[in-house]
Amino acid sequence: MPTEVLQGTLDLMVLRTLDAMGTQHGFGLAKRILQVSEGLLDLNQGTLYPALLRLEQRRWIKSRWGLSDNNRRAKFYELTPLGRRQIREETASWELTVALMAKFLAKPAGEP
Amino acid sequence: MIWRRVVDLFRRRRLDADLDAQLAYHLDALEAEYRATGLAPDDARAAARRAMGGLTQVKDEYRDQLRIPIVDTIRQDARYALRAMRHNVTFTLVAVSTLAIGIGANTAVFSVVNSVLLKPLSYPRADDLVALRLTAPGAPGLADGLRLSPSMYRTFADHNRVFQSLGVWIATRGTITEVGEPEDVRAIGVSDGLLETFNVPPAAGRWFVAEEFLGPQRPPPTVLRVYTTMMLSYGYWQRRFGGDPSVVGRTLTVDGLPKKVVGVMPDGFRVVNADTEMIFPLSFDVSRFTLGGFNYQGVARLRRGVTIAQANADLSRLIPTWMQSWSDGPGTSPRSYESWNIAAALRPLKDDVIGGVTDVLWVVMGTIGVVMLIACANVTNLLLVRGEVRQKELSVRAALGASRGRVVGSLLVESVLLGLLGGALGAALAYAGVRVLRTIGPPNLPRLSEIAVDARTLAFAAGLSLLSSVLFGLIPAVKYTTPRIAAALGSLGRTTSVSRERHRVRSALVVVQVALALVLLVSAGLMIRTFQSIRTMDPGFTQPDHLQILRIFVSSVAPTAEQATRIENAIQDSLASIPGVTSAAFGSAMPMEGFGPNLGVVNLGSIRAQDQTAPPSDSPPVRLFKYASPGFFRTAGTRVVAGREITWAEVYDLRPVVVVSENLARELWGTASAAIGKRIRHLPEMPWHEVIGVVQDVRENGVYEAAPPTVYWPTMSASLNARPGRPNAIRGVSFIVRSDRPLTAAFLNQIRQAVWAVNPGLPAAPRTMREIYDQSLARTSFTLVMLAIAASMALLLGIVGIYGVIAYVVSQRRREIGIRAALGAQRGELQRMFVRHGLALAGIGVAVGLGAAAALTRLMSTLLYGVTPLDPVTYLAVPVVLVAATVLASYVPARRAASVDPVEALVGE
Repeated sequence: MPTEVLQGTLDLMVLRTLDAMGTQHGFGLAKRILQVSEGLLDLNQGTLYPALLRLEQRRWIKSRWGLSDNNRRAKFYELTPLGRRQIREETASWELTVALMAKFLAKPAGEP
Repeated sequence: MIWRRVVDLFRRRRLDADLDAQLAYHLDALEAEYRATGLAPDDARAAARRAMGGLTQVKDEYRDQLRIPIVDTIRQDARYALRAMRHNVTFTLVAVSTLAIGIGANTAVFSVVNSVLLKPLSYPRADDLVALRLTAPGAPGLADGLRLSPSMYRTFADHNRVFQSLGVWIATRGTITEVGEPEDVRAIGVSDGLLETFNVPPAAGRWFVAEEFLGPQRPPPTVLRVYTTMMLSYGYWQRRFGGDPSVVGRTLTVDGLPKKVVGVMPDGFRVVNADTEMIFPLSFDVSRFTLGGFNYQGVARLRRGVTIAQANADLSRLIPTWMQSWSDGPGTSPRSYESWNIAAALRPLKDDVIGGVTDVLWVVMGTIGVVMLIACANVTNLLLVRGEVRQKELSVRAALGASRGRVVGSLLVESVLLGLLGGALGAALAYAGVRVLRTIGPPNLPRLSEIAVDARTLAFAAGLSLLSSVLFGLIPAVKYTTPRIAAALGSLGRTTSVSRERHRVRSALVVVQVALALVLLVSAGLMIRTFQSIRTMDPGFTQPDHLQILRIFVSSVAPTAEQATRIENAIQDSLASIPGVTSAAFGSAMPMEGFGPNLGVVNLGSIRAQDQTAPPSDSPPVRLFKYASPGFFRTAGTRVVAGREITWAEVYDLRPVVVVSENLARELWGTASAAIGKRIRHLPEMPWHEVIGVVQDVRENGVYEAAPPTVYWPTMSASLNARPGRPNAIRGVSFIVRSDRPLTAAFLNQIRQAVWAVNPGLPAAPRTMREIYDQSLARTSFTLVMLAIAASMALLLGIVGIYGVIAYVVSQRRREIGIRAALGAQRGELQRMFVRHGLALAGIGVAVGLGAAAALTRLMSTLLYGVTPLDPVTYLAVPVVLVAATVLASYVPARRAASVDPVEALVGE
């Protein structure tokens, strides 16, 4: 698995993770993404932040400053309704892509 | 999304700090995790950093997300342009100030157009207000349509189905005494319903209530009863009483009678376009209503959804009702008004307020717009020169890989920057200009006090700046980025003599400038000629600056008509005895002053001549009625064409004598002298009045309007108020004093003392006839001044344009000149060569401009008087001036060309 991920896929991963975890800060998200990918997606942890800014500018997520578990100031991110819709649309489009690719990559019957 | 990015542009610093804080937290959290796995503190920190990756890279990526490429490009271009501007201060100054003047002038004029023509009137729901105008094509001699009579107002108010409310008003004057010095102030009488129609709440106190429109009867009953209450204008309240709220409820003495102040109207309130100091209730006596007395202007508020056409139909339907309901008295027929063909011709109140200035303002806006075009042409020329100089720089940029679009873009950013700088400065100029205009502007420019630089005006200035930037920036930008890299780089070392082709754009611009300047000069010239023809026209009185006018109302001090006349006579004699005063007299009103304050008196009426039997159904045309004292015409300088003036003996004997104007005499009897001895009267019950004098025509309605046929009655008469009976006198009169003396404080004081010697309770604040005369010329003078300013700016900019082109051509052709000089060309010949070049440009410009002017000046024909739009004098003089200016503008650089030293020119480079 390449560590360079397509921009679109990273966006969807972040959105999906936020969807699953609810309100979360950057560090928590990074950890979770690593966890879910079972260590396969070892993305440069800092790369997450530009993506978060981009998502916020698109109004898919919103942010506010709050206190973390260890009582320190951290920025918390949260999905917006617009973001939820984006997840639905992107998921549908990904499933289509995956199904399509699967058709091409499957060994046709009769081939060795 | 793009919006969010734009917003974020301005939050960049905060977002940067945000990122730092988040990364710090992340790092700490990672480090804590590594330590939890048992790593030593130092190792944990290092591991955390590794996991984080390159922080600078992250920050860069983050910042890229905070960036809009085109904004950065523009920012970069702007920084570059600013540097270039600083580098060439002279160019920047000239360009920016040219634009500032152009944009400033346009913005100032636009603020006038906006405030006067575009903004709604300052009444609530002003779009529903209409002026009650009537036409009476069958009654000639009405300059301004037919006004309403009291009975007409009553009929309309009682029976209309189209108005929420309506009212009538009349402008007059009143004398306020017993508060300091007696003062003659402007006053407006308003009927019941008028203030409700405007619906502007008072600033203090209240409006009039119904019973205040039913005052006590006057001793000789007239159509107007005595009023007992009044309101003040905000301005007068401030000026005279310092805004003291206790004035409401106080009783003031106006024209000798007590009036209680019930309220103050707010600042800026005007009745249509009339400014006033006091407002009083018109208290009509319905029992004395006649059909006539068309002295009142009406205003109404339309019901929701009613159109002007519907309202016209409704009022026109009421005209027969009106004729049946009232009468001019026994022996008269209501049918006489049938032939007047009275019909309603309502129009939006705004049109009434703005009046005739619409044409003026659009013409001024148009001309000033032309100045802007010329200014743009000049800046284009400047940029072209600069482009010539920067050709190499641009070529290098192109050679280094800048795309053409990028270079055009960066040049445009430069132009826009110039435009915005000029615009900002121009807006400041306009702001100052508008303040000046408000204080010195023509007093009869409607809504003068409302003129202000508002948001719309600023938007206009900004729009104009941007538009002009593109206008003047595009040509040079496109021209100098056309790929000619090799050629430009090839000539890096030496400047060759430049071909004619390269000047084509600049020459075309100069031709356009000259043509536009010519159009403006022709317009200004036509206005000057109009002014000339007005000045040479005889208005019916002489030397207006030698005439002092005093408005005096004598009712308070004289109960009977004869007593009033004796006092008036005494004041006249007293004024005439001041040293240096040639003569004095009085009349109901001076020319161009309107009807004067005598509301109960007939100011417009028809007459019949005894020797002419008219068919019974025929209604004679309406004439202007004025009332003049003995010596009035001698004092005013109105020539007596035949016969003589009225004498005091005739006045006191109540002799039925009358003076008529020359045009009336000619109309009725053929010649002026034939009129003497003929007899006329206004109404059947009046005695026949003998014509004893004929005087020259007077332009009563202003210099533009033809002199109306006029009847001058004595100021005391037994038949003054349309109904015969007891003698009555004109009590509100304009005294005129003719003297060569200027109106110094000493003279003013003598005038006051002369009045106060007769009665100390009378006001004595003279103004000169010149003021009144100039006011009637104000529209023409305003147009003239504005056009003259625009035309001189155009001429100046045009000259600068020609100068610039010739000077530039000279500098580019130095080598050629050097060669010519070396080969033996004479200095004079070289000079002529360049002057000829300038003249050729000007010649084409003049030819084009003459054609354009001939087409465009037609638009201003309504502003011209005594001059055709194709006035030959103007069309000859202007090109001569322009060509002379061109010769001058090209001579200066041509001289420099002739003085080129051939050796220096050839070796110099």
